[in-house]
Amino acid sequence: MTRYLLKRLGLAVVTLWLLSVIVFFAGQVVPGDPGRAILGNLADPRAVRALDHQLGVDRPLLTQYWSWITGLLHGNMGESYQYRSAVEPYVQAALVNSVKLAALAFVIVVPLGILGGVLAALRYGRATDRVISVVGLSAATVPEFVSGIVVIIIFAVSLKWLPVSASAGTGASALTQLDHLILPAIPLVFILFGYIARMARAGTIEALDSDYTRTATLKGLKPSVVIRRHVLRNALLPTITVIATQTGYLIGGLVVVETLFNYQGIGNLIYKAAQAKDFPMLEAGVLTIGVVYMVATLIADALSTALNPRLRLGTGG
Amino acid sequence: MTATDASATPAGRGGAEPTLSVGHMDVVYKVRGRDRLALRDVSFEVGRRESYGLVGESGSGKSTVALALTRYLPRNGRVSAGTVSINGADPLAMSGTDLRHLRARTVSMVYQEPGKALNPSIRVGRQVAEVYEVAGLHRAEAAERAEAMLRKVQIADPGRVMGRYAHQLSGGMAQRVVIAMALAAEPALLILDEPTTALDATVEAEVLDLVSALRAEFDTSVLFISHNLAVIAKMCDRVGVLYAGELVEEGPAREVFEDPRHPYTVGLLRCIPRRGQRKDHGRLDTIPGFLPPAGHTLSGCVFAPRCLLAEDRCREAPPPSYQIAAARTSRCYRHDVAPSLPRATPEDKPLPGPPASAETLVQLAGLSKTFGARGSRGSRGEQVHALTGVDLELERGETLGLVGESGSGKTTLAWVLLGLLPPDPGATVELAGQPLAADVRRRPRSQLRALQIVFQNPDSALNRRHTVRRLISRPLARLAGLSGERLRARLAELITSVRLEDRHLAMRPNQLSGGLKQRVAIARAFGSGPAVVVCDEPTSALDVSVQAAILNLLADLQADEQVSYLFISHDLGVVRYLSDRIAVLYLGKVMEVGPAERVFSGPHHPYTEALLSAVPSLDGQRADRIKLSGEIPSATNLPTGCVFHTRCPRRLPSGICESEEPPLREVEPGHRMSCHIPLDELQNLQRAGQPT
Repeated sequence: MTRYLLKRLGLAVVTLWLLSVIVFFAGQVVPGDPGRAILGNLADPRAVRALDHQLGVDRPLLTQYWSWITGLLHGNMGESYQYRSAVEPYVQAALVNSVKLAALAFVIVVPLGILGGVLAALRYGRATDRVISVVGLSAATVPEFVSGIVVIIIFAVSLKWLPVSASAGTGASALTQLDHLILPAIPLVFILFGYIARMARAGTIEALDSDYTRTATLKGLKPSVVIRRHVLRNALLPTITVIATQTGYLIGGLVVVETLFNYQGIGNLIYKAAQAKDFPMLEAGVLTIGVVYMVATLIADALSTALNPRLRLGTGG
Repeated sequence: MTATDASATPAGRGGAEPTLSVGHMDVVYKVRGRDRLALRDVSFEVGRRESYGLVGESGSGKSTVALALTRYLPRNGRVSAGTVSINGADPLAMSGTDLRHLRARTVSMVYQEPGKALNPSIRVGRQVAEVYEVAGLHRAEAAERAEAMLRKVQIADPGRVMGRYAHQLSGGMAQRVVIAMALAAEPALLILDEPTTALDATVEAEVLDLVSALRAEFDTSVLFISHNLAVIAKMCDRVGVLYAGELVEEGPAREVFEDPRHPYTVGLLRCIPRRGQRKDHGRLDTIPGFLPPAGHTLSGCVFAPRCLLAEDRCREAPPPSYQIAAARTSRCYRHDVAPSLPRATPEDKPLPGPPASAETLVQLAGLSKTFGARGSRGSRGEQVHALTGVDLELERGETLGLVGESGSGKTTLAWVLLGLLPPDPGATVELAGQPLAADVRRRPRSQLRALQIVFQNPDSALNRRHTVRRLISRPLARLAGLSGERLRARLAELITSVRLEDRHLAMRPNQLSGGLKQRVAIARAFGSGPAVVVCDEPTSALDVSVQAAILNLLADLQADEQVSYLFISHDLGVVRYLSDRIAVLYLGKVMEVGPAERVFSGPHHPYTEALLSAVPSLDGQRADRIKLSGEIPSATNLPTGCVFHTRCPRRLPSGICESEEPPLREVEPGHRMSCHIPLDELQNLQRAGQPT
């Protein structure tokens, strides 16, 4: 198992390197240069050239990539063109904000999705099952910018229950922050609920149908014990993997939701950096998301290996 | 003789109230809004300490009986009429709590696949202990009792086994755990639904012995459900024969199997190759036609459409249950003449034995196959020796039967021959004197044509999206190079020879029954005019009545086309029926090879002897079983000397078996054996019976 995880880790490093190459060179393909973007359309071309030289973007591409990647390996993510200072503090602050939002969405959606899925499976083929399945699927197909606007109109504008902006301002208490984050979390919950519920439902139906569940029932165990001890344990194993891989969706969703709610998260950071042609910021942001995604997938694999005795102990004996 | 009600027969056996009593039970499944009858008017009783067998083919409803009794029918099923009483209580009318108590204390069940019956993510010790926890014991005490129970089912090291997960146990070990779980609550009634069908014969024998011993110890009544008549004969006092949801015949097991009085039972028994019956003795009898579809609405006897004794009255009204002797009933108007049921398949055509002119078609020499020599697992140094130094030959027109427990290398051998697995370097694999490439993709078309296979499961072997016409035509076009009129002619010829009809050609596999699908698979294999057909358990997935028809077909085709079979089966009766010669494999080595009759009648290799004695026989009364000690050793670490010495009941005291591997030497013409004990000595030992 250790060997397997080491292999996965190595693979993750290679993937991240590929991502760095793609991000770096894709950034260069975009027309326009950073000096122009910073100084504006009316700026003197000489000033633009001077700034480009100062930023180092007039050097050959490979040289630029080399200095960027070596800097990265030394823990230096580069300097923002916009702010003329190191990008780390910006990325770090944005990441913390995003994690707060994502964590809230997760805390809401995981129990809800599992509960919904298990409930649907227990009432397989009946009204409850159909309602949960249809609601889950429909919610997942509505884009975040639509559901986001709808919840803003209902809860913030009409009912005035919750604030429109996601940012609580500096020094706000945890409770206030939470208050501000609930609304942006809802579109994310919508996106993920269907997937998680569907996996939980399929896993539970399979486990309910299995011979070992029959064995447990015929032992005379209480239905609640059968479900808790025998069904759920096996049913939710595949769901865990799905949940972890859904972090990818969550991050993709963050870009839209953070922009919509004007929240200073990593999605918003990337969006603004792209607009400003602030390549170091953009690259740092994308790579950070890559690392987060990779770590989440690794955790998912490690978790499902740890929970499944067949994978953990191997066959034989 | 009067028509009486089966349920009206007294409980009999001892006079006490029966443990289980089922009266006029109907079970229906609701399919697309319509109730379909799965069981009709089923009545039987299981007395105190009695073992009652329910026998029937797939679709007979025997598992539905078990599910109905434990009230575990699927949601669309229900008992629509009749009564059930277990220890005087009615499970059908119980509240949820009472039902739970009944399941916890009074009824237990064991079913087919032990590996699946155990929860994959809970340690098995905990699962056994749960039974005691339900009874109100504390966790520590429950674990202690569980360990004691595991010792009772003859698990040598219960402490260690308790800490394992289901996937770490062999099939036999897992079934012991399941049986321990079932008997832990000391139930009044134990229901066994095909408990040994997924196990090897040697393991089956051990599990059956265990059940017999525990039944006596725990005073448990047993309802034993199986398709295997020999297992029922061995295990049960009385037997009920189920057909299409009806109990057609009932009586003491021995009497029913020796003197069946319902045409279905008569036909079923004739389908099974028994008493050393072989293909050159003539064809097996078959049961014509098909099981009526579920939810049928036949006005008369359910078996009438397939019965060669049926008269007008049989088709008009269902026959009552006739009391034909003390404790024997038959649901047949013509029970008195049932034993004289005419044959459905003529016996006449004498099928030739092995041809006189011996021509070696397939030659295997020094064939070994080691897995994991390289690759991810191999780096840990684990090598699985699937085959070691196998020398075998197959002659034109003969059948070589390949027998051995699972893990003996039977299937590996077939795969190597077919070019699906490369053998270790240095092996000779020849077809008609020409070497066969290790990889099937590098074999010339003529060799591909000459070597074909019939798989165990026609469901997965046939592409379900293709029509039968396409499935059979493809090898004709691709391998035999036929087209146009010649292809059509050959197709028609093949269809006729496997007894399919023209209407089947347009169908897809899922529209065919298991037997018909296997016929398509056989037609496909014979399309290219092969010289050798590998049959890997071709009848294991089929019911006995269908199996008989397939065996007849294989024998007929062999007689007509002079094709050779490499016939792999775990069913020794089937192997004996079809094979001219038999090779016995153990841990990838040939233990014995010789003419089928010599191998079966003996003197035989101690392993063959044990294998044969493990198989329950319909003809009853066999000398004590040769018990094999322990499980089959791991193929990653073969025993020294003779590979069989760790389990051999006839191991020599001199120690030679442990240190020196016996060569495979000819002990009589055409009969080779790998054993240190000389043939005449083996003969004396085996005449004397079980070793002490």
